[in-house]
Amino acid sequence: MNEIITLDYGSGGKKTASLIENMILPALDNEALDALLDGAVLPGAEKIVFSTDSFVISPIFFPGGDIGKLAVCGTVNDVAMAGGSARYLSLAFIIEEGFEIEKLKKIIDSIQNTANDAGVAVVTGDTKVVEKGKCDGIYINTSGIGVLRAPGLSPAAIKEGDKIIVSGTMGDHGTSILLSRYGYAGGEEVKSDCACLKRLAGGLYDLSGDLRVLRDPTRGGLATTLCEFVENTDLCICLDESRIPISKNVKSACEMLGLDPLYSANEGKLIAVVSPNAADRALSIIRSYPEGENAAIIGTVTKDHPGQTVLRTAFGGSRILTKLTGAQLPRIC
Amino acid sequence: MSLACENGILKYLFEKDGIRINFMEVCGTHTHAIARAGIKALLPDNIRLISGPGCPVCVTAQETIDAYLTLSERDDVIIATYGDMIRVPGSERGDNLARRRALGSRVAVVYSPVDAVDIAANNPDKTVVFLGVGFETTAPGTAASIGIAKERNVHNYCVYSMLKRVEPALRALLDSPDFDISGFIVPGHVAAIIGERGFDFLASEYKKPSVITGFEPEDIMGSIYSLIKQIRSGRAELENKYERLVKKEGNIAAIDAIEKYLYVRDDVWRGFSNISKAGFGIKEEYSDFDAEKRFDIKTVLKPAPAGCLCGEIIKGRKEPLDCRLFGCICTPEDPIGPCMVSGEGACSAAFKYRSLI
Repeated sequence: MNEIITLDYGSGGKKTASLIENMILPALDNEALDALLDGAVLPGAEKIVFSTDSFVISPIFFPGGDIGKLAVCGTVNDVAMAGGSARYLSLAFIIEEGFEIEKLKKIIDSIQNTANDAGVAVVTGDTKVVEKGKCDGIYINTSGIGVLRAPGLSPAAIKEGDKIIVSGTMGDHGTSILLSRYGYAGGEEVKSDCACLKRLAGGLYDLSGDLRVLRDPTRGGLATTLCEFVENTDLCICLDESRIPISKNVKSACEMLGLDPLYSANEGKLIAVVSPNAADRALSIIRSYPEGENAAIIGTVTKDHPGQTVLRTAFGGSRILTKLTGAQLPRIC
Repeated sequence: MSLACENGILKYLFEKDGIRINFMEVCGTHTHAIARAGIKALLPDNIRLISGPGCPVCVTAQETIDAYLTLSERDDVIIATYGDMIRVPGSERGDNLARRRALGSRVAVVYSPVDAVDIAANNPDKTVVFLGVGFETTAPGTAASIGIAKERNVHNYCVYSMLKRVEPALRALLDSPDFDISGFIVPGHVAAIIGERGFDFLASEYKKPSVITGFEPEDIMGSIYSLIKQIRSGRAELENKYERLVKKEGNIAAIDAIEKYLYVRDDVWRGFSNISKAGFGIKEEYSDFDAEKRFDIKTVLKPAPAGCLCGEIIKGRKEPLDCRLFGCICTPEDPIGPCMVSGEGACSAAFKYRSLI
């Protein structure tokens, strides 16, 4: 059968990775792209961080946010994870014929508020309208540019003994979106964590070399991101399941739907890998911000099982975590 | 629980006399709970947990899968399905509903058949075919959706019934000559519908210690403990350790829904071929809502994909790692058999929750 793009290629898991590694990188390779960070670090007198992201979410309004807020936070966060402080955004809309102006106004208001909060200015943009049925309501692309404040953040900087910190509860966004998409009663009790991490990340930059890498675990969730950190290395990430913060509502919703919160997307959380000496300081920095109040140290980098991410289960067993394979789907029972 | 593990259950298990014992967890949700909690790593080597025919997607015959894939080609049809079915492979390599959807078929993922009735109501120019896959757990909801569609006058809704009954398949296994299972971890969800009495036969007729079990790791560990206690004391009983949900007589309303809309029929299971009384069809008086009648679906027996051990794994005769295709040729991204992609499949559990030992 001839190969075609299915939804799994956009899930942030193995299929997405294969698309990037086998098609995009070989064709377009350069130093900034090949680093595969959330944003590219570009040379110059003052180093610049540049990132882009597209937003095709359904539903466009969801508990805890909307596509406009997400479009600003997503790109500002990507710049922040690459060590940069975003200053300017581009904003491009692809809108389906028939889309209500009232909804567009709500989205633009949300973009304005989020951009103000995040201290970024939208300085260039584009609008395209396509025929009915050619897109699903509205798609947004944003690109962000900022100044590099924390050089050297990279999975390659991770060392044995380092600690893994998450800035809060895992899986809120992905779970909330699925609950809204399938229209479950009580779905509003699980809110997306959509938030800007620029200030929180900025606080962590003070750790300088003790901060090894930052990543916001969006598509593919915590597990996929951690697997990417150590695959093809001699390092192992050992996680303690009982220390991973997951809200009660997300836990029960995931059990009901047959999803795994470790693979569900987050849009306002970061993973920080820090040196063991700086772990407590990093934790208190994160917790000093409202978006980091549930932060926790969830694991350690070892050499026990090279290349693997191992979860010690709350029950006392252990198992290996792998990257997400395809989008998570609701199950039968 | 770690304290209980160290001081009680594990100590008891490790003091066993070393005879190899195989227990079968029948339910796919148990298989995944066991793997997710890493329970196998906590058991002594002589106690093995074998997955049984408890993944409804996995036991669906290849020809049925091909039949709904063909049905999805029709312009006037919307396939409504649980997410589990989206990546289940058809006979031709790479064929599944995800691919069909990418090529233009209308495929909607729903969490409940009632959502499928809604889709039908909102798309009067299409016929919505709900893929009714599952055991006694999903049969009542699927049956009730027919009643709901009828009551709401939604006549462009129908069900393709792949519903299965657990008991006849377990009997088929137990009647096979070299069946080497000493006790059963009985599916709590199915028992919640058909009641304790639905599984009485395991102990009373076949003398197999059996425990109706919930889905928390503690429930499963507790059941293994109870099974071992029964074996040591020479008993074979059906114990209900999921009393918080499972009643002696089951869920009467659910059973009524099954009996109102469905009838018991012989059915083909993957790995078993035809099993007497092992499936549910839709009763004649509701044939308007029966996709098989509506689209005159005729299935032709299809062989399992070459090299795929799903059929043997479903019967507990092989384990996922026995399959030469596992993890190299057959992966969740490019599956050969359904056990690798279903949310309850044994291969999916073994691949996703790889154990360290």
